[in-house]
Amino acid sequence: MSLLEIENVTLKFGGLTAVDDLSFSVEEGEVFAIVGPNGAGKSTVFNLISRFYDPYAGSIRFDGHDLLQVKPSGVAAYGVARTFQNIELFEHATVLQNLLVGRHRHRKTNVLSEIFFTPSARRQEIENREKVEEVIDFLDLQAYRDKMIAGLPYGVRKVVEVARALSTDPKLLLLDEPASGLSVEETTDMRWWIDDIRRQMGITVLMVEHDMGLVSGVSDRVLAMADGAKLAMGTPAEVQSHPDVIEAYLGHAA
Amino acid sequence: MRIVFKTDYMQDIRPWKDGFQLSLYLILLAIAVAAPYLLDIFYLGELTNVLIWAIAGLGLMVLTGHTGQASLGHAAFLAIGCYSNVILIEQGVPFIIAFPLAGLLTGVIGATIAIPALRLHGIYLAIFTLALSILMDDVIVLSEPITGGVAGKYIAGVDLLGLTIDRWGTPILFYWLTLAITVIVTLGYINLLRTSLGRSFIAVRDSEVSAQAMGVDIAKTKTVSFGLSCMVTGWAGALMGLYSGAFNNETFSVVISIQLLMMIVIGGLGSIHGAFFGAVVIGFLPQFLSIAKENVSAVFGGGSVAIPGLEFGIFGMILILFILFEPMGLYGRWLKIRTFFELFPFYRKDMFKRQKSYLKTERLR
Amino acid sequence: MENLQLLISGLANGCVYGLIALGFVLIYKATEAVNFAQGDFMMLGAFVTIGLTNTEYMGLPFMVALPISIGLMALLGYLLDRFVIRQMFGESQVAVVILTISLGFVIRFVAGLIWGHNPQTLQNPLAGKDLNFGGLVLGMEDVAVIIVTVLLTTVLFAFFNRTKLGLAMQASSQNQLAAYYMGIPVKRVQGFIWALAGAVACIAGILFAAKGAVDPNTGLLGIKAFAAAVIGGFGSLPGALMGGLIVGVIEPFASRYIAAGYSQVAPYALLLAVLVFRPHGLFSQVRVKKV
Repeated sequence: MSLLEIENVTLKFGGLTAVDDLSFSVEEGEVFAIVGPNGAGKSTVFNLISRFYDPYAGSIRFDGHDLLQVKPSGVAAYGVARTFQNIELFEHATVLQNLLVGRHRHRKTNVLSEIFFTPSARRQEIENREKVEEVIDFLDLQAYRDKMIAGLPYGVRKVVEVARALSTDPKLLLLDEPASGLSVEETTDMRWWIDDIRRQMGITVLMVEHDMGLVSGVSDRVLAMADGAKLAMGTPAEVQSHPDVIEAYLGHAA
Repeated sequence: MRIVFKTDYMQDIRPWKDGFQLSLYLILLAIAVAAPYLLDIFYLGELTNVLIWAIAGLGLMVLTGHTGQASLGHAAFLAIGCYSNVILIEQGVPFIIAFPLAGLLTGVIGATIAIPALRLHGIYLAIFTLALSILMDDVIVLSEPITGGVAGKYIAGVDLLGLTIDRWGTPILFYWLTLAITVIVTLGYINLLRTSLGRSFIAVRDSEVSAQAMGVDIAKTKTVSFGLSCMVTGWAGALMGLYSGAFNNETFSVVISIQLLMMIVIGGLGSIHGAFFGAVVIGFLPQFLSIAKENVSAVFGGGSVAIPGLEFGIFGMILILFILFEPMGLYGRWLKIRTFFELFPFYRKDMFKRQKSYLKTERLR
Repeated sequence: MENLQLLISGLANGCVYGLIALGFVLIYKATEAVNFAQGDFMMLGAFVTIGLTNTEYMGLPFMVALPISIGLMALLGYLLDRFVIRQMFGESQVAVVILTISLGFVIRFVAGLIWGHNPQTLQNPLAGKDLNFGGLVLGMEDVAVIIVTVLLTTVLFAFFNRTKLGLAMQASSQNQLAAYYMGIPVKRVQGFIWALAGAVACIAGILFAAKGAVDPNTGLLGIKAFAAAVIGGFGSLPGALMGGLIVGVIEPFASRYIAAGYSQVAPYALLLAVLVFRPHGLFSQVRVKKV
């Protein structure tokens, strides 16, 4: 059984079919990339998995659970974490606070024990902090720990988003264009981090990315989409040389 | 600048940075406890008033400053707290039970009201709560058998563990009671902010989309925030009732709602300090104005002419200046001054520079 | 017959609410900001006109004073945008709300200083004249209010939906940055719309002062008009007018058929109901934002 199974999913916005009868599955432990031109419906697939949209038809199963049965806030509880294309951090909070929000799904205390800061709340805080520090060390964010997000440069924010997603201790990490807007050096860092996330942490990665260098560098399998539908799927090399993919990117050969 | 060498996570988790900071706050608390021996009775009363406003401000700060839900109707919850406290006492419930119960009741009502309001964003929520506050006035009048309607209600002293606490009879005891409640609420607030729930409030405020993706249930979080906010506001309302001794439908008008929101904006949204700073401004502005007016008329003559609306006019002016030039409020200004001295002479003007951004519509949400 | 009389007077009141609501919606449509001081704008417009026409002040002829006061209020709207509101470019809606509420306080204070706190009426050519339709007595002012309101709404509606500038304004509200890239002078558009809102508020104020007395606290009427705008749907001009009419009509009927106290309660109760069941108003279409 695959970790994530998407079967015959269709989503329509009014008359526009954003995702058209799409099926694919992500195996445990792999890095799976979705590529495609702008407007192909790549981010929409992420938003479907995050349950921001209800599909018109089809099923989404994660780790044996039917994701369509849970609320948007319930998806994280199963171990799915994500980043956003346009960075959705908590602007007026510190990096540390942002990452600690990632620990929310492991919350065992309740309102009362938190307001009185009982020993159990205190234990949980220390435990959260330890987990978050692991992520901070992993992504080299030590220097930014107590900085407000609002004052951070773009590249660091991108990394903080990945760190926040990792703090949830996920099984599956969804990265929405992790390298967009990053410099060449930062993209190289991101490439090694994605590699490490898979190898050291054993987390499955599903990403949407335009940078073919990054995609072919880290991913095991690639899905190419156009107009909401599957165009080709296979190893990075196979997909890149697939005639339909070339056509979708470059247009019809005259 | 003091550099703290950290060796333990508890150093970050506990509310104070180091022993120096802790001792500053303890000294402040000691001064507050000793205030009755330092101030005359009139100013002690004013200080009590400031503390009550601060509690109300803390209540609204949870909702508006930390959860990002603007309420223009918190006077309604002040009213609920005040009336339920007094009505419970009239029914023979001892104050020590009636008072917490009044807050809890207000909290439950607030959380219940939050449920239909959950779908509303920003400006719509502000309107919703504004309407609540306006309606509360009429609800009090229409339910006259319980509330006393336009004639209102009176409460003299209350009995707490054998002591009579009365704003006029035993002002020092009343002050200490208010101070104790202020301290308790503040400590609870600090604890909230350093644990999951407080962070989920901030998450909801800054980005609902990613809060959801992190597993924060938006509806539940907002409801809890509403509940806690209204509970604290209810306590402030109960104290206001005891402080004024008499109240009716007009005591908690929509103007109070607006004033409360303005107060925490002046103080600084999103910080506990802000509620206190704002309360000081609200509490002492009328005194300050009357003193200023006396001085002006002493110089220019003209006697003590009452200028209606002066207080609100000045208040509005101050607020406009703050929103334009110091949107972080007094607390923000204080942070800047502190940083200036800590980093002297390396402070740069653009350290707290606001990022200008273009507004995108929320209408299509 | 009594019901008809109630209906007409309700409609006339509703028109004034509708006009203030129109001001809210204008600004909201073009800048996505909410001007809580719109009611105080109206009050100020009324007082400026009173100051120009009434014999105890300057005593200008009504028809001369009219364009001057509308022009003054438009100028005030423009200057406010230029020097205050524009500083808030890109800030959160709630900050703008608090700013405009404070502005309202200041306007009320200033109006009180200049014109005092006693209610005053505008001396106008229509005062005291009635129209009689077979037993149905209509004040000329009421008729004028209804006609002016309908005309103004039609013109503004056509402006927003038919002219290039109107469409540019709508675009600039939905996404300032994109509108800027498309070559729309976002700032100038904003200034224009505030001026327009000032003018509309002034007209509302003149109509209100012709029908009844104004004092500085009349500005608080803005809250009711605001409820009207929300009931009708905040993004729609005809919706705002409809909301105003609904509130205007509901008031006299509630106090006639339920109890006197309920004329205050009814509009807000309706507002709460609308917000709960149709949060974006009775007459608006809203779609879901794409993440």
